[in-house]
Amino acid sequence: MTIPSETATETSDARTAETNLWMRRLTGEGPEREAAVGELHALLLRAARFEIERRRVSLPHLRGGDFDDLAHQSAHDALVALLGKLDQFRGESRFTTWAYKFALLEAGVKMRRRAWQGRELPLEEQGWALLADTGSRPDRSAEEAELVAAVREEIDRSLSARQREVLIAVTLNDVPIDVLAERLGATRGALYKSLHDGRRKLRAALGERGFQIGQKREA
Amino acid sequence: MTTPNGQDRGRDADLVRRLLGPEAPELSCEECFDRLDEYVELSLAGGSADERVPGMRVHLEGCPACAEDYESLRDLVETEEN
Repeated sequence: MTIPSETATETSDARTAETNLWMRRLTGEGPEREAAVGELHALLLRAARFEIERRRVSLPHLRGGDFDDLAHQSAHDALVALLGKLDQFRGESRFTTWAYKFALLEAGVKMRRRAWQGRELPLEEQGWALLADTGSRPDRSAEEAELVAAVREEIDRSLSARQREVLIAVTLNDVPIDVLAERLGATRGALYKSLHDGRRKLRAALGERGFQIGQKREA
Repeated sequence: MTTPNGQDRGRDADLVRRLLGPEAPELSCEECFDRLDEYVELSLAGGSADERVPGMRVHLEGCPACAEDYESLRDLVETEEN
């Protein structure tokens, strides 16, 4: 359904006014700011509960109270992070959308880490085994077997130990990158850079060997 | 009907695709988080999200954790609007 332009303008104006009100109250002082922070915490708690509800199937051994504790921890941590970055809000979205992402991030990370708590990370060998199974099956065409074997060789030859570790853990063993970051004492962003750089080296090495590994396209 | 061989070939292709990742300029995880709210609202409005936030879609294809964050924010905002 197409929204009539006048209604769309009114909606946009209302959203801008709502965002401006949030910012004015949160950057103010006294009881008005305290009330705004309380409302913001409630909003973040709602978002954290939304995220936890989506993911609770990954934690069948937890009880309802455990999930509520995670929601409250997530909302609290999100509130602290958000207030520390309030001056970075650029108004490119509604304030509430900007705020939600802090709570969703905190809840998502906490749920993924809890799901892996007490579990050993899969060994690199398990990831290698997936590639070995793939390459050695008799039903593979010669080209497919050659590509898989080359991928395996170049992972071993062209990548640094850290790039290889991250690539295999995240892409073959399905370890969440923030779980891996916690175990390795690194940040998610730093590990993703290792993954990105490793992939780039791998594609370049395969390209030098004459493999057509995909079409370049615009970002 | 998909044959066992067809399933295996699909798995091969998926493994290689996951290993090699997307081949185009992309945002970092930090840049992705910074602009996720803007990208979600543009996407839901049917606007030019990929033009306004270049590199976001490629990053979401290559980073499972950020892709989950994107889906969660999009679904939450959509739910709130409805």
